[in-house]
Amino acid sequence: MPHQDIIVAVATPPGAGAIAVIRLSGPGCLTLLDKVFKGRTKPSAATPNTIIYGHIVDGQSLVDEVLISVFCSPASYTGEDVAEISCHGSVFIQKSIIELLIRTGAGIAAPGEFTQRAFLNGKKDLLQAEAVADLIAAESQAMHAVALNQMRGGFSKELAGLRNKLIEFASLIELELDFSQEDVEFANRNDLSALSNGIIGRIEELISSFKLGNAIKNGIPVAIAGRPNAGKSTLLNALLNEDRAIVSEIAGTTRDTIEERLIIEGIEFRIIDTAGLRQSNDTIEQMGVKKSYEKINLSAVLLYVFDISQVAEKLEFDKEMAEALAFDVPCIFVANKVDETSKPVVGSLKDIPNIIFISAKNGSGLEELKSALVTLSVGKNFNTQSVIVSNARHYEALIKTRQALLDVNNAMDMHIPADLMAIDLRKALFHLGEITGNISTEELLGSIFGNFCIGK
Amino acid sequence: MFPEYDVIVVGAGHAGCEAAAAAANLGSKTLLVTMNMQTIAQMSCNPAMGGIAKGQIVREIDALGGYSGIVSDKSAIQFKMLNRSKGPAMWSPRTQNDRMLFAAEWRSMLEKTPNLDFWQDMVSGLIINNGKAYGVVTGMGQHIRSKSVVLTNGTFLNGIIHIGEKNFGGGRAGEKAATGITEQLIDIGFEAGRMKTGTPPRVDGRSLDYSQMIIQPGDEQPDKFSYTDTKPLTTQIPCWLTHTSDEVHDILRTGFDKSPMFSGRIQGLGPRYCPSIEDKIDRFSDKNQHQIFVEPEGWDTVEIYVNGFSTSLPEDVQMKALRKIKGFEKVKMFRPGYAIEYDYFPPTQLGLTLETKLLENLYFAGQINGTTGYEEAACQGLMAGINAHRKVHTQERFILTRSDAYIGVLIDDLVTKGTEEPYRMFTSRAEFRTLLRQDNADVRLTPIGYKLGLASKERMDKVETKIAESARIVKFFKETSVSPDEVNIGLAALNSSPINQKVKLSTVLSRPQISIEFLKENSNSVKQLHDSLGASANEYFTTAEILMKYEGYIHKEEEMAYKLSRFENIELFDNFNYNGLQSLSTEARQKLTRIRPRTLGQASRISGVSPSDISVILVHIGR
Repeated sequence: MPHQDIIVAVATPPGAGAIAVIRLSGPGCLTLLDKVFKGRTKPSAATPNTIIYGHIVDGQSLVDEVLISVFCSPASYTGEDVAEISCHGSVFIQKSIIELLIRTGAGIAAPGEFTQRAFLNGKKDLLQAEAVADLIAAESQAMHAVALNQMRGGFSKELAGLRNKLIEFASLIELELDFSQEDVEFANRNDLSALSNGIIGRIEELISSFKLGNAIKNGIPVAIAGRPNAGKSTLLNALLNEDRAIVSEIAGTTRDTIEERLIIEGIEFRIIDTAGLRQSNDTIEQMGVKKSYEKINLSAVLLYVFDISQVAEKLEFDKEMAEALAFDVPCIFVANKVDETSKPVVGSLKDIPNIIFISAKNGSGLEELKSALVTLSVGKNFNTQSVIVSNARHYEALIKTRQALLDVNNAMDMHIPADLMAIDLRKALFHLGEITGNISTEELLGSIFGNFCIGK
Repeated sequence: MFPEYDVIVVGAGHAGCEAAAAAANLGSKTLLVTMNMQTIAQMSCNPAMGGIAKGQIVREIDALGGYSGIVSDKSAIQFKMLNRSKGPAMWSPRTQNDRMLFAAEWRSMLEKTPNLDFWQDMVSGLIINNGKAYGVVTGMGQHIRSKSVVLTNGTFLNGIIHIGEKNFGGGRAGEKAATGITEQLIDIGFEAGRMKTGTPPRVDGRSLDYSQMIIQPGDEQPDKFSYTDTKPLTTQIPCWLTHTSDEVHDILRTGFDKSPMFSGRIQGLGPRYCPSIEDKIDRFSDKNQHQIFVEPEGWDTVEIYVNGFSTSLPEDVQMKALRKIKGFEKVKMFRPGYAIEYDYFPPTQLGLTLETKLLENLYFAGQINGTTGYEEAACQGLMAGINAHRKVHTQERFILTRSDAYIGVLIDDLVTKGTEEPYRMFTSRAEFRTLLRQDNADVRLTPIGYKLGLASKERMDKVETKIAESARIVKFFKETSVSPDEVNIGLAALNSSPINQKVKLSTVLSRPQISIEFLKENSNSVKQLHDSLGASANEYFTTAEILMKYEGYIHKEEEMAYKLSRFENIELFDNFNYNGLQSLSTEARQKLTRIRPRTLGQASRISGVSPSDISVILVHIGR
């Protein structure tokens, strides 16, 4: 039985630090540690959840001075006996201790194996285990918060609410079927429709949160576009605070797209600088323009940059706006080079929604632009406690649940007998169950008997 | 005095009778032991068979070659197909029966069964040797040896009857309880519990005023249970509906302090779906009336069963309350209602063949397993009888799956999940309700019954004809067109849009409001087809109609059945060491060790076994 083995791995990031933590897990791992440890208390004799001090020794030679945190099954991360050795952070010491432990009988842990054991030992449910994987991979604060919220069961709680609603709905249908001879009032179809639509509505919110969840996980793609020489690359550099893109006075300098990661308010964005949008005879530039269109269409937000110093009247801006709105992507109009103009038209544009006046060159308006970007991409109400679907498996199950419920609604509209409609309802229960665990007949009957007077 | 039997069946209720008939018909030398030969196949509670989900079970028993359907048809006084307005999964046959005739028909059929002997005596213990059952010991001191024993003791094991503050030992009103078996089984390690059920008073029909009640007649064109050639009813007796009132409830409440239910004298758990009247007014105090069904007990008796008035209150309170029910003002009581407590053995101690895990060759069926209902008992008896016979003759075990039959659902539920309250079948318990219909029980099960040697050649021939003819009808409907002038007038009358050109019959039939009957009336070619099919034409037409009209939904359910069958086909060894798998939760380890599921699917249905436990097992069996 492979997972009964003792596994070991460095738990802190690779490389040298002040200290490093080496984690050991598996039945008998404390006794194994006894063999390479010298101190007042043996790890196997230590009180659970305490820290002991001593030395790791290899035969007669001292390897390091360490602190060991001792956890006993089942009260540990993996559910097995666990020891966490805090040693000095040099790579050499880490390597020596790991090698010593492997020689003594431990095996090197496969990626994710500690969490896998936690799952197999019932310490974490599937949702939580998946969230741990996300947590480890989280690169931004928002992703971290989403994963953390999921691991603590925010998503599970939300689903439990959904599950209860579905149980209520299904039990009303089953009541009609199994207890049609009873003297109870059956829910009318309008009430059932309302109930079902309520469930679908909630599922839809979760489904659409997947887009956001996914964006947060992978970084929200933001395209910078506009006519040549509007200052797109200058804007990118200003946002990044570095000279990433080559800037020049020559229109069409940027021929390929450039992508950079940027974290604003804890949310990760992928800022994509695109080639200027214009008709060109230069084949390479044309290819660049084509690619720009593709990138823009794939992005979540478009920063449409135009040179306000070149705009003399409102009509010219409208032309720019039409160009930006031709993309079906939420858009911020970035009026650049506001420092180079004093034309009265600037005042008349102030009321346009989502317009921000900046100077990429001297940095004015950039903070305003950043906060507009956050609002437009994750919404004003985004907070890290919102329940967000970020896992593809859950997303798929929710899509299937919704489809089955739409079939239920359709059957209701067509006056299909309830026993047939119940087939789709059961499909919905089944697919939701793929995330939450099965909904049993006993639960449905329990709900019926609890709420209705049944029985001749 | 006795030869060695293959199968001894203890108890002659619905379970015992089916068990004895099945074993004997398959060729086992069988003995049926009952405490009283006069009470074979008693309907201890209501005089009716079938109903929602239960009617499907009777059809399944019949399709396999059991007797319950035939006996019900022969003793019926009324037939109703419940839920006609719903989809075909819900159509549920039910009969009201002549209580005495029902018992007489059963006894006569058993007497005509070859290989079957009878003995009147109380079984007080089992002959046990080396962890196997080898026969029974009786109250008269007989030691009767056999290769297997089927226990179907119903409510008789340490039965105690409660009426108000009085209680006395008994298995049914007026009959003695049975003792000895529970004690012996507990001694060798069985776990036993107590359950409770109740029954309403019986009254004198001559004292009732039916003019104040609502008539509940049978179907105009009564159908029947059995797929054999039993005759449908030509005359029927109606039931009647009346209601309780606040006044009735107030009187009943005056007896609550003497109620064995509320005083805690009854400890066994009763069924939530069949509560006593005092339970109903206590739990749903905002309801100011409850339905009372007045059910005649037979052709030639004035006795009436007061369905909906199950009670264990003192008899004088029962009487006073009854007299306040509309139409019952001058009622005379024959027998009071009562509650009965009895021993049962949690059915998780059984395998899927209903053989006990602790004692080989010992089978349990019926209320001893914690079920309620004649139909639930009868089908378990049938399955236990078949399996006892097969074990004795070293044949493979016989198991129906959840997608084969309600019987499969029932037994899988019992042995996998156990039951806290008397277990009754509901259609919602079946995952594949639309596949397990009353109209196709023969198609599903008669071929299996025939292979077992229980269903006759005639039954098999009938099913084959039905399958062939309904397929022919489906083919005809998919290939034959109907013209606008044949159906458009009729379609308009049903608010269904007219057709503009010739279309296939099956296309018209797929419209929700259109029935096959409509097409028979409006299309000459369909009428001709129907007339060419002979006496069973209606049955074939119904089958074909369901197959065509609900094709999409049936297909959907078949797909689900296939999807869910993945785990059903992964077999687990009986000696699988769950305790060695530390990664299973403690509860899962204990339950899996106790229940020893046969497949991973069964394991996944055990309460307390989580999806992650299933993943753990999957990992360990190397998938």
